[in-house]
Amino acid sequence: MDVKTKSKKTYLNQPSEKITGCEALVRCLIAEGVDIIYGYPGGAIMPVYDELYKYQEEILHVLTRHEQGATHAAQGYARISGRVGVAMATSGPGATNLVTGIADAQIDSTPMVCITGQVPSHLLGSDAFQETDIVGISTPVTKWNHQITRAEEIPEVIAKAFYIARSGRPGPVLIDITKDAQFDTFDFTYKQCEGVRSYKPVPKFDTNALTEAAKAINNAKNPMIVWGQGVILGEAEEEFKNFVEKSGVPAAWTIMGVSAIPTAHPLNVGMVGMHGNYAPNKLTNECDVLIAIGMRFDDRVTGKLSDYATQAKVIHFEIDPAEIDKNVKADIAVLGDVKETLAEILPMIEKKSYDNWHQKFKDLLKIEFNKVIKDDLHPTKEGLTMGEVLKEINTQSGGEAAIVSDVGQHQMIACRYAEFTQSRGNITSGGLGTMGFALPAAIGAKMATPEREVVAVIGDGGYQMTIQELGTIFQTKAAVKIVVLNNDFLGMVRQWQQLFFDKRYASTEMTNPDFVTIAKGYHIQAKRVTKREELADAVAEMMASKQAYFLEVCVEKEDNVFPMIPSGASVSDIRLE
Amino acid sequence: MDNTTKQYTISVYTENNIGLLNRISAIFQRRHINIESMNISVSEIEGVSRFTILVNMTEKNVRKIIGQIEKQIEVIKAFYHTDEDTIYLESCMFKIKSDLLFEERQIQNIIKESDARIVTVNREFFVLEKSGRRHEIEMLHRELSVFGIMQFVRSGRIAVTKDEMKITEMLAAFNN
Repeated sequence: MDVKTKSKKTYLNQPSEKITGCEALVRCLIAEGVDIIYGYPGGAIMPVYDELYKYQEEILHVLTRHEQGATHAAQGYARISGRVGVAMATSGPGATNLVTGIADAQIDSTPMVCITGQVPSHLLGSDAFQETDIVGISTPVTKWNHQITRAEEIPEVIAKAFYIARSGRPGPVLIDITKDAQFDTFDFTYKQCEGVRSYKPVPKFDTNALTEAAKAINNAKNPMIVWGQGVILGEAEEEFKNFVEKSGVPAAWTIMGVSAIPTAHPLNVGMVGMHGNYAPNKLTNECDVLIAIGMRFDDRVTGKLSDYATQAKVIHFEIDPAEIDKNVKADIAVLGDVKETLAEILPMIEKKSYDNWHQKFKDLLKIEFNKVIKDDLHPTKEGLTMGEVLKEINTQSGGEAAIVSDVGQHQMIACRYAEFTQSRGNITSGGLGTMGFALPAAIGAKMATPEREVVAVIGDGGYQMTIQELGTIFQTKAAVKIVVLNNDFLGMVRQWQQLFFDKRYASTEMTNPDFVTIAKGYHIQAKRVTKREELADAVAEMMASKQAYFLEVCVEKEDNVFPMIPSGASVSDIRLE
Repeated sequence: MDNTTKQYTISVYTENNIGLLNRISAIFQRRHINIESMNISVSEIEGVSRFTILVNMTEKNVRKIIGQIEKQIEVIKAFYHTDEDTIYLESCMFKIKSDLLFEERQIQNIIKESDARIVTVNREFFVLEKSGRRHEIEMLHRELSVFGIMQFVRSGRIAVTKDEMKITEMLAAFNN
């Protein structure tokens, strides 16, 4: 796992040297600071793999067990570290298998560069073996993509790819390279990209908008903040914390934004959205000023748009102009990088506290606690709850662990109850809702930050979508902790069937294999917990392990996640049962 | 902003790159918006392409579309205009049997009155070209169809705006 990475300066701004396209590509990646590539070899990308073999002292290639796993691992790597994740695949099916991860990275603004091999340029368009139009296929789900057909294009295009992936609102870029361009030789030299004339990553902020926003915030009686991943992507955690603390405004988060400030922060009032907390959802429709920071008003956050915060003056801090007024009309749009705009607005903000307003959040939290949280975290019934497993992980990790969740009930429970002391702690598939995300993403996260504890919390359904990545864990020895919350159901779909389809459980019950045996087959330590009294010791054993560890917790089969805003309902209509 | 649909002309200045057409048309496709016509050509700036796209939609949505078009890396700038904001026209061509030109006196009058132009004449057919507003072209089409049209084709709308679109300055700002 350790790569003795030479300084990236080695290949930056050096005199030109005649080398092949594939060697040039590897040098470009090293020059961009890439230390790990997740990928899968095949015919059209073989020349590059041959170079990776030569350069293995400088750059590590991790063989995932499926190309989708490579993209999710690259995403996990990027999400926890803020660096660009890199995935690689061959043409045809190799390339198409990347698409889910690319779409996930696009909707969750994850910086990622995908490199695919392509059939030789003279065969393009001829339905050659393993030819697929991956540039055409990936166009709607990439921030940018490009096909290279000549070796000499490689340095400039790769430089541009990394620049675009990481700048502004980050996103995935796909570069497709024909096999002949990999083989051809040319005079290689590498310079990083410093700008693209048609692309403005960060819009200039408007001082008037800032002044107006500050005035609205200072005059507010019951303001509320909803922050999203933009705070984390903009590395604006400190600026955000200062803003929250000085303004005294209750701050709620989207699942992509959590961990930007510690969950224990007194001004944190919890999660908004479909399975978010009762208070921030309810009070969205009572606040007089809604301060949205680095979030995009996803429908899972807003519920019925025509009944979302209509009483409030909306201030939207946002880097992407296309997000302004897309879903919710902003009364004041503060365009720009939140790291800058939040720092700029801070001196204009009056120090305040809103004791009565905060009390409302506390009162509603008490209701939620009695109706939902108490039974989730301190159950008295026999069956184990997902919530108590999360609580145990919190207790034993002290909130230090990064929690990588998949999609479904366990994800909502993980996002609701996980405690974080550090930013970039919650890694989950937010926008796309990609089952199968967590296991490979956890591998990428662990490899990017080996010093950090990484716990993947996965449902029994999603786990089996990328279960083959246990092979990657075995081979790389990535010390990922895996917790499968097994209810033998596709739990979230089952919950909807129970609530909205008269309990017709169509294809949601799962007959599962022996997960412990499977993990052991990959030589991963494994344990199953079925009783409450075994839980604490099992989690302790998992946390103490220096290696990968698999823990299956058999939880109550038909538990539901509440609160819940039914699809299409208003945030005010949030249900506690 | 009301929810009535209106005809808008969208002008998009872009880099001249393969694949951009796909990227731009996908934005309309996602929202199920029918593109009435699209024209891509060089622009007044060397190396910069210009898309002229005609759509029927609400102003609220056309604004969102503009945001999503501009977000594409190789798009320099996108604008939307009402018909009143632009000078616009379309072109069309008719292929008609040559005999008719000599046998049907009426055709010669139609050509003269419609400001159409004869591009070529040979033994079998002649080709008529007309540029103008949609209704003028449609009227000419109606009048000629009585006699029989061998082929007809009409181009997408092209339009220039009455107000300035500051592209050159934007590009200059990048270079500095």
